[in-house]
Amino acid sequence: MTTVTLDERLGTGWTKPPLIPNPVLRWGLLIGALIYIVLAVSSIDVNWSRVAEGMSRGWAFVTAFFNPDFVSRGGDIWDGILESIIITITSTVVGIAISIPIGLGAARNIAPLPVYLVCRGIVALSRALNEIIVAILLVAIFGFGPLAGFLTLSFATIGFLSKLLAEDIEEMDKVQGEAIRATGSSWLQWINYGVQPQVMPRLIGLSMYRLDINFRESAVLGLVGAGGIGATLNTAFDRYEFDTAAAILLIIIVTVMVLEYLSGVIRAKVQ
Amino acid sequence: MPVSTDAKGAKVWQLRNRNQTISRWAAYLAAVAIFMWCWQRISEATTWFFVWDAPRIAADIGGRAMPPRWSYMDKLWGPLWDTLNMATLGTMLALVMAVPVAFLAARNTTPSALFIRPVALFIIVATRSINSLIWALLLVAVIGPGVFAGLMAIAFRSIGFCAKLLYEAIEEIDEKQVEAITATGASRWQVMAYGIVPQVMPAFAGISVFRWDINIRESTVLGLVGAGGIGLQLQSSLNTLAWPQVTLILLVILGAVVIGEWISAKVRGAII
Repeated sequence: MTTVTLDERLGTGWTKPPLIPNPVLRWGLLIGALIYIVLAVSSIDVNWSRVAEGMSRGWAFVTAFFNPDFVSRGGDIWDGILESIIITITSTVVGIAISIPIGLGAARNIAPLPVYLVCRGIVALSRALNEIIVAILLVAIFGFGPLAGFLTLSFATIGFLSKLLAEDIEEMDKVQGEAIRATGSSWLQWINYGVQPQVMPRLIGLSMYRLDINFRESAVLGLVGAGGIGATLNTAFDRYEFDTAAAILLIIIVTVMVLEYLSGVIRAKVQ
Repeated sequence: MPVSTDAKGAKVWQLRNRNQTISRWAAYLAAVAIFMWCWQRISEATTWFFVWDAPRIAADIGGRAMPPRWSYMDKLWGPLWDTLNMATLGTMLALVMAVPVAFLAARNTTPSALFIRPVALFIIVATRSINSLIWALLLVAVIGPGVFAGLMAIAFRSIGFCAKLLYEAIEEIDEKQVEAITATGASRWQVMAYGIVPQVMPAFAGISVFRWDINIRESTVLGLVGAGGIGLQLQSSLNTLAWPQVTLILLVILGAVVIGEWISAKVRGAII
């Protein structure tokens, strides 16, 4: 028996089918991407001597991670972290409280059209504006301090939570709401017993997730003067105190990990 | 569900028994107390005079900021191009680094679940929890200000996000296809290339575009800490209190974000 390979039987060698079947589009995209990359890379001017000079500093930072300094600026770090936590808690609570009515208004199946459009507008505005930019404007208006940070994150929470809450309400099971309606309930009772139980687990999960995001964001608000650990971190980098900076970053990473773990536990419990 | 009897002997239905009710109220009380304490701290740190003055200041700034200085647009094209490049090249660089991390982190492809997987997971959490502005701050301190620092900041920040979503996609693949490839006597790399990669390719493309969209947003503000792009213009306009320029820059950023989101939605619609 002679051995015949698959390729010989087919006549042509087998090749993997391409991802984009149309050859013109495929090559067009590839060449376009290449031209873009060449243009983009050539327009970035890198001062290599400065980079080489910075490498030792970069290495100092990496080693600082194994030898973080929690002590010499311990007071500042503690105050900053506490302020970040305070901003996180208050802004999450207030943000959730405001986003529930807005989320109800932004769900097409329970809100009349004018209310729906207004609420969707608020959601779109809140999502389009970057937190840092909002923080800059609010610091200019309300002055330096955690109040501006609190307002910024509350505003950002509204866009995030209302949108997801509204989508969840739009996907809910109508029958349960109708059953409550059929008992002659008022609008509030309908929301409380027909809608709320269906979206509650998701709302709790999303709120925990948002708490996590708000903490991460609260760490940078200080860079623009809106309170929190960011200001301490900024000072540490400006003075090249990498050991203090490493300590702060480690605290942030550990806190985020703990929050992520906690939110996982809570979400598993409610769902 | 507990039932209690009232003074007249009639049965009253309750949702929870006494202990459950008390512990619930205690939890609510604790939550309110924590919130009030936090609020008091914020209140102490706030100069309320500025807050009461805020409507006047806001109106004042609003008055100064209008109309936008359209002629300033000439100076914004360059920074806008830099911002786009930071987002795009940063995303590409991040993907190059995220793919190996994802394969090391996924339970079904990692070489060692005991030693390598935790390291990969730590990389994912660490890069994700540090905001791109902090990465930029760090990189500006290390390699000096400019677009390059911003690009690297975007890249480092995105590794965790991309790797996390990608490794979840890898863990969800259909094992039968992998088995079929393995049964042909394929090597480890061939299994990877023909059994796993085609299955996660759509997810990969979706994640890249999604992250690119987020990176457009983030790269617009990196200039605030000296990392190039349109944020640099924003910073200098804010420093000189040139409010009409600030308005224009904010409009441009808003436009860039909206266009980015639109492109990303279109591309994802086409892929998935």
